[in-house]
Amino acid sequence: MTDAAIAARWQFAFTIMFHYLFPILTMGLGVLIAVLKTIELRTGDALYGTAARFWARIFAITFAAGVVTGIPMEFQFGTNWARFSRYAGPVVGQTLFMEGVFAFFAESSLLGVFLFGESRIGPRAHWLSAVGVAFGAVLSGFFIVATNAWMQHPVGYSVVGDHVELNSLYALLTNPYVRWQYPHVICGALVTGAMVMAGIGAFYLLARRHEESGRLFVRVGVVSGVICSTISLFPTGAFHGENVTRFQPAKMATMEGLFKTQAGAPLAIIGMPDRERQELTDPIYVPGLLSYLAYGNASARVTGLSDIPDDLEPPLEIVYYAYHIMVGLGTIFIAVTGLAALLLWHGSLFARRGMLWVLMIAMPFPYIANEAGWVVAEVGRQPWTVYGLQRVADANSLNVTTGMTYFTLLGFMGLYLVLGILYLLLFARIVNQGPQSAATASERVHA
Amino acid sequence: MNLNVAWFGVLAFTLAVYAVLDGFDLGLGTIHLLLGRTREERTRLIDSIGPVWNGNEVWLLAAGGSMVVAFPNLYAASFSGFYLALMLVLWLLLLRGLGIEFRHQIHHPMWEDAWDVVFAGASALLALLFGVAFGNVLHGVPFEAPGEFRGSFTVLLNPFSLVAGGLSVATLALHGACWAALKTDGPLQARARRFAAVLWIAAAVLLAVMIAASFAVRPEFTKNFRAQPLLLVLPLGALALLIVNRLAIARGHDRQAFMTSSGYIAAVLAAAAAGLYPMLLPAAPGSAAGGLDIYNAAAPAGSLRIALVIYLLGLAIVSVYLVNVYRVWRGKAVGVYR
Repeated sequence: MTDAAIAARWQFAFTIMFHYLFPILTMGLGVLIAVLKTIELRTGDALYGTAARFWARIFAITFAAGVVTGIPMEFQFGTNWARFSRYAGPVVGQTLFMEGVFAFFAESSLLGVFLFGESRIGPRAHWLSAVGVAFGAVLSGFFIVATNAWMQHPVGYSVVGDHVELNSLYALLTNPYVRWQYPHVICGALVTGAMVMAGIGAFYLLARRHEESGRLFVRVGVVSGVICSTISLFPTGAFHGENVTRFQPAKMATMEGLFKTQAGAPLAIIGMPDRERQELTDPIYVPGLLSYLAYGNASARVTGLSDIPDDLEPPLEIVYYAYHIMVGLGTIFIAVTGLAALLLWHGSLFARRGMLWVLMIAMPFPYIANEAGWVVAEVGRQPWTVYGLQRVADANSLNVTTGMTYFTLLGFMGLYLVLGILYLLLFARIVNQGPQSAATASERVHA
Repeated sequence: MNLNVAWFGVLAFTLAVYAVLDGFDLGLGTIHLLLGRTREERTRLIDSIGPVWNGNEVWLLAAGGSMVVAFPNLYAASFSGFYLALMLVLWLLLLRGLGIEFRHQIHHPMWEDAWDVVFAGASALLALLFGVAFGNVLHGVPFEAPGEFRGSFTVLLNPFSLVAGGLSVATLALHGACWAALKTDGPLQARARRFAAVLWIAAAVLLAVMIAASFAVRPEFTKNFRAQPLLLVLPLGALALLIVNRLAIARGHDRQAFMTSSGYIAAVLAAAAAGLYPMLLPAAPGSAAGGLDIYNAAAPAGSLRIALVIYLLGLAIVSVYLVNVYRVWRGKAVGVYR
């Protein structure tokens, strides 16, 4: 791979990982806000309306950051990955285009109505706008994941000259790969939204401010958190894992650090891969579990790295650790939210400051887990851009030099640093002002 | 009509809608600091585009999407060829978006003033860069190999394209002033009308220069019009709309002024597209390779067919949103951000 291609990879990795921090929250929070609005509409409890307005403010700055960092993603397919666009554009362009006109447009225009239109439209229409925003966010995610799924497992295409041609839109949208990847991605986002909501609620309770809202946030956050983190593991994570085994055995072997093909393959909970000796250092194994996860049968045969040609092996350490971080954190989320849910049911959660501390500290970790999951998906696909069809080395722009890309990468780093700082500043400010002030601000608009 | 021609129309239409819709908020940004004398007035100006600018920008994504799906070679060649210029566009779009969305988060003079400068500067530069890009498409770019060129700034900033850039800034500023007159009242509205009257002159003069320069740079530009005189309705319509725009501004008919400036921008772009057809990105004189047209840049027919159905469906859905959004926010700008 040329230096220019490596530079383009760095730029894409940096810009996509930074960008994704925002949609993780908007996809999750969008749904939770719609839930809050639904409860408000059903029960007439104004506290839920106040909560929805508060989270809408967080949603608004997150959405803005997501939009401005999202546009460079679509552009980069053309600027840095011209040969990929030329080759795969006729297929991936379909879903990217659908994301723009079907989903993003709905989300952005309805968001304006939802954020500022409460006094202009009735409560039912306002509820509908919240549902529309959530739907748009989640639908956006679908088209993007469907695009990615095609790059992981191309379907419904034929190769015509320099291009791939789409033969079936239905096949593209119902790609067996997307069927579990998408719910898994959405669950990850919902867990993030839920844990951020619970974490902010826990902060209010610990700080003894806005306690009524704090209890509501913790309640809604913990209940959605335990449901979604469980679904993240099973069925979505488990069945997505089976798909990876089926379609990308090299990725599965790398994720698990499985060097030798074997029947009844064990799952390594921890352990450090050692390439020289072709084994894991200090591993803790669960016998047969990998075979079970991959094929639903504890004695099934799983392909190891030894049976994969060297030039088709993804980078081992990155993928291995990213996968273990994702799964490890996911398991911890189930434990934490599960325990909190039990205490909530028991009625003692709000008095247990230790548990509230844990909920508050847990806030950043779903972000790490989501990002790690995507590192597995993307680095694990190497050396391919489009699995089995186009290598990364053949995908970058030939007329863009290494120097140009590092120049713009530095530009992105500088801008995103400023953006990140401002976002955190505004986030902290909204949290500091609290839900009550969101209510008064909106009443001021009403008056 | 074959699919390639249909997609040429779709792409031109999408870009024209983008120019009209995002054009007024870019144009408003361009004159933001001059038009809004007080912080209060500037807040009102931003309020007027607050709920709609984001939806407007979606058309840029839609244009990018149409390009990648229908003319992947054009997308690949132009985006990588105009690399640094496009990255600059991205950074400006980013700063501008933050200028609008972050400004109202903190009510402090320093915070608001800083974002006003960012918003105005980024908007003006974007209006310029989009015009320069438009100029380069008409002018042609130096293809080194089929579908490949390197558009450094020394190549892009040729005199012809700079005229196009100036025309773009003046025209969008006029469009933005018409929008401001429509969405405000009182002294701010009166000032917006005065701005529109002055900007109209600048836009008209630059248009005349641009038309003359186009004949000089690209004589074959008239070929399509000579072959198909019916197409002349586009440039003539543009001129008529520009004149009606002038009258509407003078009489204070704000809605009519905004509608005619919208129609004028769309008609100018349609006329340019008609002159360019079937080229998408011509080669500049002396290029080592030919330019891209609707056939050698296109995706295979199967993809074009599927994408056209998606596009029409998407257009129908987006129209419904669009009408509703502008209906909810009809009338004078209110303090949505306060």
